[in-house]
Amino acid sequence: MIDLSLLPDGGMRWLDASGRASDMVLSTRVRLARNVEGYAFSGRAREGERLRVLSQVRDAIAMASSLDDSVMLRLDQLAPTDRALLHERHLVSKELAGLNSEEGVRSGAAVVLGDGLGVMVNEEDHLRLQALHSGFALRETLALVERMDRELGSRLPYAFHHEFGFLTACPTNAGTGLRASVLIHLPGLVLTKEIGKVLAGLQQMGLTYRGLYGEGSEVVGNFFQISNQTTLGRSEAELLDQLERVVEHVIDREEEARRVLLRDAGYIIEDKLWRAYGTLRYARSLSFDEAMNYLSGVRLAVGLKLVTGLSVYTLNKLLIFSQAAHLASAEGHPLTESETNLARARYVRTMLEREAGQVG
Amino acid sequence: MLCDSCRERDAVVHLTQIVNNAVTQLHLCERCAAERGVETTVAVPKHPLGEFLHAVQQQMVPGAEAGGGKCSFCGMTMADFRATGRWGCANCYSTFEAPMRDLLRRVHGSAKHVGRAYAAPRGEETEKAALLGELRDRLRRAVESEQFEVAAGLRDRIRTLE
Repeated sequence: MIDLSLLPDGGMRWLDASGRASDMVLSTRVRLARNVEGYAFSGRAREGERLRVLSQVRDAIAMASSLDDSVMLRLDQLAPTDRALLHERHLVSKELAGLNSEEGVRSGAAVVLGDGLGVMVNEEDHLRLQALHSGFALRETLALVERMDRELGSRLPYAFHHEFGFLTACPTNAGTGLRASVLIHLPGLVLTKEIGKVLAGLQQMGLTYRGLYGEGSEVVGNFFQISNQTTLGRSEAELLDQLERVVEHVIDREEEARRVLLRDAGYIIEDKLWRAYGTLRYARSLSFDEAMNYLSGVRLAVGLKLVTGLSVYTLNKLLIFSQAAHLASAEGHPLTESETNLARARYVRTMLEREAGQVG
Repeated sequence: MLCDSCRERDAVVHLTQIVNNAVTQLHLCERCAAERGVETTVAVPKHPLGEFLHAVQQQMVPGAEAGGGKCSFCGMTMADFRATGRWGCANCYSTFEAPMRDLLRRVHGSAKHVGRAYAAPRGEETEKAALLGELRDRLRRAVESEQFEVAAGLRDRIRTLE
């Protein structure tokens, strides 16, 4: 099994709860879709072409100072559990990990991981450059990924069209190729039933939302990934400004909802959140959805300062390490579903016990 | 995304329900949404790609057939694009330029990139070819104007490069 703690940033820096509004905004991600001239896009390319793309990318990365000390992992040479681990850590997409289709992993599929940076190779596009930052940090994240983009683009000839911009396999990514997303926890808006209006509002502003794992994933644990929907006809800065304004507004609405909850239903909320904490602290078996929902409650309790002494970083770690592939990796062998639920409850219990002295 | 109910048509109505304080999502096509009596409070925009694909199917998109045929680089046809929703290569953007412009306008509201401009680096081979071309031009001019010393120097440089 691969050891993700050996990655330049331990594959964890985006979870360290630094950055603005980090109790509400888990992380900020900006990705740029790029293709290399002279080859068919990954989905239509022959195996030989994808391998040539990979080798060209590898050469360019060796010269890029933003990716000093980075590690390249060939997804097409990893076991399914390792691929699932990378996906659970939000370091590769489901498609690159070959987890969402019967075809499995594509030959030449790889990921390069650096400090807060990553490059997916032979995803739907030849290159998906991404930067990941803890908290709400759109500009910093864009700056990181743009630096890497300029370095790689000065060595690799990107497919670019004077009118249509950067060319991508899916026309919904053409132009800037930029998708910026903010992973945000909105339990207040869900509990006050305001969330429907907020989500509908996003669509009218040219934005969209997804679940915890991006495209096609369900909303779990009240986590929403808000991102720009269009990529063409507006500059990178304009796309980011728009997203930033809207997310600021969503944060205000969530704070307002939390105030309303405390004011109008204080003891009900308090009771509900302590029950969530109690379940996580003592349960012997937890399904993924259960754990996510209770963790959402405890995160809200920390945000409302009802529970003190429990750090957001611990909550972030619980979120990631209580997933199936992470649990199997920690146990050192594959687990059945019921074993996974037992291991999950044990892991959560241990983590909370460790900080329990301070909680109250 | 396919409709959660019939699994046949594209989902265009995305219903967010809150049951017992948990959000569930239902993605329905127009027909199934109507059958369930779902009334949306806001006009849900149709998926622009789905709409375009439908239009192509109906051959309503100007230029879709005229600019059609096959991409000379990857062999992609409009039928392939209809099936996958993905283009095959960068050259498809030139091959299907007219329907592409129309599609991008529908999806993004504009087909004109205003973001970062980019010039691809020129490979060593391309640069060598360009330099050789230039040297041969200068050689021809030097011979025509009987500057034989200059011509000899140029011929040496060309030989070295070749």
